[in-house]
Amino acid sequence: MNRISKGARAHEEARTLHAVVESTAARRGPLAMRAGGLCKDFAIGRGRGRTVLSAVRDVSIDLHRRAVVALVGESGSGKSTVAKLLAGQEQPTRGSIELEGAPVEVSGRRAFRAYKSHVQMVFQDPFSSLNPVHTVRYHLERPVRLHRALGEGVSAEDVVVGLAEQVRLTPAQQFLAKYPHELSGGQRQRVAIARALAAEPSVLLADEPVSMLDVSIRLEVLGLISELRDRYDLAVLYITHDIASARYFADEALVMYAGEIVERGPAEAVTQQPAHPYTQLLVSSAPDPDALGSVLRSGTREATRASGSALSTTRGCRFGPRCPFVQDRCRVEAPPLVAVASDRAAACWRLDTTAPDLVSARGGGGVEDMTE
Amino acid sequence: MPVEPVLEISELSIAYRGAAGDVRAVERVSLSLRPGEVVGLAGESGSGKSTLAYGACRLLRPPAVITGGSVTYRGRRLAGRAVDVLERTPPELRELRWREIAIVFQSAMNALNPVLRVRDQLLDVVEAHLSLTKLDARERVASLLDLVAIPRDRLRSYPHELSGGMRQRVMIAMALAVDPEVVIMDEPTTALDVVVQREILGQIVELKQRLGFAVLFITHDLSLLLELADRIAVMYAGQLVEVASAHAVHHGPAHPYTQGLLNSFPSLRGARRELAGIPGSPPDLRSLPAGCPFVPRCGFATDECTKIDMVLRAVPGARDPGHVSACPFVAPGAQAPDGKGTVSEVAS
Repeated sequence: MNRISKGARAHEEARTLHAVVESTAARRGPLAMRAGGLCKDFAIGRGRGRTVLSAVRDVSIDLHRRAVVALVGESGSGKSTVAKLLAGQEQPTRGSIELEGAPVEVSGRRAFRAYKSHVQMVFQDPFSSLNPVHTVRYHLERPVRLHRALGEGVSAEDVVVGLAEQVRLTPAQQFLAKYPHELSGGQRQRVAIARALAAEPSVLLADEPVSMLDVSIRLEVLGLISELRDRYDLAVLYITHDIASARYFADEALVMYAGEIVERGPAEAVTQQPAHPYTQLLVSSAPDPDALGSVLRSGTREATRASGSALSTTRGCRFGPRCPFVQDRCRVEAPPLVAVASDRAAACWRLDTTAPDLVSARGGGGVEDMTE
Repeated sequence: MPVEPVLEISELSIAYRGAAGDVRAVERVSLSLRPGEVVGLAGESGSGKSTLAYGACRLLRPPAVITGGSVTYRGRRLAGRAVDVLERTPPELRELRWREIAIVFQSAMNALNPVLRVRDQLLDVVEAHLSLTKLDARERVASLLDLVAIPRDRLRSYPHELSGGMRQRVMIAMALAVDPEVVIMDEPTTALDVVVQREILGQIVELKQRLGFAVLFITHDLSLLLELADRIAVMYAGQLVEVASAHAVHHGPAHPYTQGLLNSFPSLRGARRELAGIPGSPPDLRSLPAGCPFVPRCGFATDECTKIDMVLRAVPGARDPGHVSACPFVAPGAQAPDGKGTVSEVAS
């Protein structure tokens, strides 16, 4: 491959990716938050043994009002790091974050607090994210006093009662007087959601909000977030390892592996016709009650493969070591995110094998064409 | 002729004694486990699943007390002799535990001792239950890791050096260390990613087929059990509400609670279903309502429901002869009058 074609390819990629982002954007409300080319490196070790772990590499996310974007991946894939970057808790090594069109500078306490009133988080574990020595009222009243300018004749108490009712903690007065240990997991998570809403944010970052809850409670909490998204025009980032819930709950799905986005597109399309081998693995790993005589019944198992490495020294595709379609090229050169449909993109050299339908439907401009 | 169950729990009741009265965590539960069978025990947190399993092994401490019922164990090594687990003295129990009935505890993250190497923890189990020479014991420990596909050089690792999936595999290896007849698995994969979860479940099934133990698999995720278990028992508020083959639970759930559970998880395959979930939250076990405890959350509930006796009855017209449900009113596949808690058509 010569240098000229490389440059042409990069140009082509930028153009197609831009098209992907544009077409998904058309159907949503106004853009609330945009992250472009986010990278986060962590140094490991000291001196000679020092290496760099790129926990997040070149992640771009657009969060639109009234839309849910799901970020799907396994533990250690960097999804929570993305949430921390967006929440201003970590500073990106490279890349930009824009909120309502203005670049975000979070330096110092005051700026951080101002930022927090626009961007709020709901954490995974409702058992540790609430302070056990304070009542529900305290948890809701504090953000109201910190972030809201209360008008004449509106008391903080009114707002707090309203919040509790919004998340269906009724009768409100009874719940407000309770301590976290008196609540069930689902109720605690609803307190956490109410606390996030107290600041009247435009962006809600939900980091595995239901994974610690019982299956029967999950729907209720996800349904509540959906409802509040419509009522408050929220832009929601839903971080999860459960790709099935992304199908039902999200508009767009981003699949993350070892710090990189490997596939993105409308949630229904990504889950029903996954293009990237990793997405295919995720989908096939979900429990399937209809698959009688499945892998589990027959007891055959795939060999346990090594997990992907996010070390900056790793060459080629990060999913390569686990990928059933791996080729020589995948071991040397990292695949870029290329468009596979008008609103979908995937990062894989073998898309002609892994998703032949998608590639042929595109006609002409196959994945290979761009690289010649 | 039906095979005799290896573990038979009958009419077991367990309560937690408290100043404010007893919390009746398990109420007259009967469940049997046949050799080589996988029985799934499903239910929400606080429904008494773990209490039932630990109670059957007599692992509970006061304030938990067993208030009634019996637990019978019949293992191959006992040559057909039936053992009443509840009547055994502590030294007799020690012979039974782990050698005959082993447990994979919830959250492998915390169940391993962080300051001991994996080898020493496994050796401890082997040496406590088998009389082997030092060399043989070491060889056995190494072969246990082979069993769960962990490289032998991990023997010298500490738990924090292992990934979550590996730690869970070590826990499984530990449970299988002395070749038990019954393995109780308490939410063994809840904290794991889907991909790792699937690998571990596949491994459990393979080991079960190779070694022939029976599994009591406890989880709140019914979708997992549909694929994994031979039979499924659904528990609500300390009582069993439905027991049936996995196939029958999937295609003709009889109890409204089971229907609600089935309608709670999003499916990846097939058409999008309208998900309803189960409204409300589980009842307070200290003051259970009369009749069926599911009444406040049930879409089918009538006044009759508060007067029924909670016993499992054969489901009329069920294809599976062992299909029993505690609800005498609702037939499989029925629609609730107000639409909540129903199961929509599952693609056949």
